[in-house]
Amino acid sequence: MSILVILLAVVFLGIASGSIGTFTFLRKRALLGDAIAHAVLPGVALGFMVTGTKMPFFLILGACFTGSLSIYLMNTIVQKSKLKMDTAIAVVLSGFFGIGILLITYIQRNYGSEQTGLDKFFFGKAAAMLYSDFIWLFAICILVIVCIYAFYKEFLLISFDKNYAKSVGLNVRLYEFLLSFLTVLVIVTGIQIVGIILMAALLVTPASSARFWTNKLSNLIILSSVIASISGIAGSLLSYSISKMPTGPWIVIFLSLIAVASILFAPKRGVVARNLKSKRLKKKMFHDNILKTFYHLSEADGSFNTLRTSSELRNRRYFEEPKLSLALRDLMKLDLVHQSENKWGLSNEGWIKAKRIVKVHRLWEMYLTKHLRISSDHVHDDADTIEHFISPELEKELEKLLAYPDEDPHHTKIPYT
Amino acid sequence: MEKESIIEAHDLTVSYDKKPVLWDVDFKLPAGLLTGVIGPNGAGKSTLLKTLMGILKPDSGYVKLFGNKLDEVRKKVSYVPQRESVDWDFPASALDVVLMGLYAQKGLFKRINKADREWAMYCLEQLGMQDYKNRQISQLSGGQQQRVFLARSLAQNASLYLMDEPFAGVDATTEKSIIDLLQKMKNDGKSIVVVHHDLQSVNEYFDWLLMVNTRLVASGPTSEVFTQELLEETYGGKLSILSQMAHILKNLEIGRKEHEKI
Ligand SMILES: Nc1ncnc2c1ncn2[C@@H]1O[C@H](COP(=O)(O)OP(=O)(O)OP(=O)(O)O)[C@@H](O)[C@H]1O
Ligand SMILES: [Mg+2]
Repeated sequence: MSILVILLAVVFLGIASGSIGTFTFLRKRALLGDAIAHAVLPGVALGFMVTGTKMPFFLILGACFTGSLSIYLMNTIVQKSKLKMDTAIAVVLSGFFGIGILLITYIQRNYGSEQTGLDKFFFGKAAAMLYSDFIWLFAICILVIVCIYAFYKEFLLISFDKNYAKSVGLNVRLYEFLLSFLTVLVIVTGIQIVGIILMAALLVTPASSARFWTNKLSNLIILSSVIASISGIAGSLLSYSISKMPTGPWIVIFLSLIAVASILFAPKRGVVARNLKSKRLKKKMFHDNILKTFYHLSEADGSFNTLRTSSELRNRRYFEEPKLSLALRDLMKLDLVHQSENKWGLSNEGWIKAKRIVKVHRLWEMYLTKHLRISSDHVHDDADTIEHFISPELEKELEKLLAYPDEDPHHTKIPYT
Repeated sequence: MEKESIIEAHDLTVSYDKKPVLWDVDFKLPAGLLTGVIGPNGAGKSTLLKTLMGILKPDSGYVKLFGNKLDEVRKKVSYVPQRESVDWDFPASALDVVLMGLYAQKGLFKRINKADREWAMYCLEQLGMQDYKNRQISQLSGGQQQRVFLARSLAQNASLYLMDEPFAGVDATTEKSIIDLLQKMKNDGKSIVVVHHDLQSVNEYFDWLLMVNTRLVASGPTSEVFTQELLEETYGGKLSILSQMAHILKNLEIGRKEHEKI
């Protein structure tokens, strides 16, 4: 089969599973998807045994049958027994998969080893697909995409708020059934390319990676389709160029790479971005504290033009040494501080900033004592952290609420600019 | 002339896993009132609302809204679920959630249009949430999420509203503005049923009360049923609750105005 057809098939599958998988992910049904994928195996074997052919139609039919049966069984187990969903999933997954393996072994014994073509269902082999397989794959993927477009609102509603969906008269059972059915279809189609064992990854990993990058459902669907397709293309190209290589593992490796990259590098939600943010905050707090200390020193001796040595600063407030010098240098680059010989002083801008920090610190102390009735000897530590985070809007509100007080609770003057 | 009943519950018994949590609930609610549903945790208040909305099927008994079966009057009824019933880490903005209130009226393939958006914005404004329309819902405070739910319900433009704890996690100012809004809606002829936990404000807020504790203890005008005796019956049975009640009842005797929230 030409590589172009394979790539096209992989892209279609990526779109179908990326978009249906978004709902699997949002409805927290990831494990269910895994169970369905495994439960498909006995269906494929049965389809072959009953008809004696490898016609895709019959294999798909068998797969759909046992896939749906597994959903039904899991739901019934949860409803009728006291078992929880995770147990039901484990029982059904291993049970169906075990039966599937038995049947496949039986087929290999009795129909000769050339029938081991069924092997490809374990890890997927895109290159081994037949022309008729592709026709089915395209048809099913298009069906899935059309359904998601048509029932977007309904699927969204039952994924977010099922009770509300029922309350507005939506036939929740019907749409849940439809979603499950489409999921089974995608899984059944996907196993030829990705394989039973790894199919759940193609379903859920794209959406969970994409979630790091977007807060909008429509974008989430598109992005996870793109992620699934790209991984599919990369994986099948690799497995195509290395003979006897299954497709599934390669696709999943790319999916996992994208997932790891998303977890690490996504803006806002990613680990790196969050670390950077907290580093920036720490730095800002350190800078604020230095500026503030200049102010405190000058306030104490009444001289705002004197330059200070770094040990003077450190005597007033605890600063770690190499960090202090580095930070002073940073502040100099920002034109907040200037240096002559060993001594440092604030620039005009530096004074403005320092005053503001002292002001909001003292305003916050006033607020705590006046409005929350916290005693004045308890408010300093709190204000020391809060001062860095008070926004200009909040600052204005505090000023208004407290009517521009002259002094803080410790009777030191509040500087206004 | 007697007002028509907007809700009729006939001998409702509702169970989870065959264990009844509501027994033989039977009442009629006059139209055009602001009704409170009170009762201790686990009393079955949410269950009652869900049954009235057809979300749960009763074991026995039936519900009539506007004198009809629910399915015939669905468009005239709106439900506000308890805020904790959904996962707020869902990829949607405040405006998206309000727009969900319009989904039922929209058919297949029909997309949300500009007029829908404007209407949804209007509903957000009613709750003072217009500045948060594009905010990701997980980034909203509990009280703001609650208001988004209320705005979604308003968007349905119904005649009867069933609200499960709309004041939970809401600060005093917001509670005041919401109750003002509900009062205004009532004056426009709408009927509103609210599950409520703060007994201090019951007299002030509600015209009618449903007092529930696995059974219906009382249904009637607040002035008639909000009595110590019925309250004890509603909240009695559990000792820890009883002691809390003693405290609340004591405050009731003094008068609610002395109670001040920060
Ligand atoms: N899905 C459920 N499955 C089984 N039991 C349930 C379920 N939902 C509620 N219950 C039980 O039914 C009873 C009534 O619950 P319900 O949620 O209606 O109480 P409530 O009055 O709304 O309480 P709260 O004030 O805490 O919201 C409780 O004992 C609860 O444990
Ligand atoms: Mg409840």
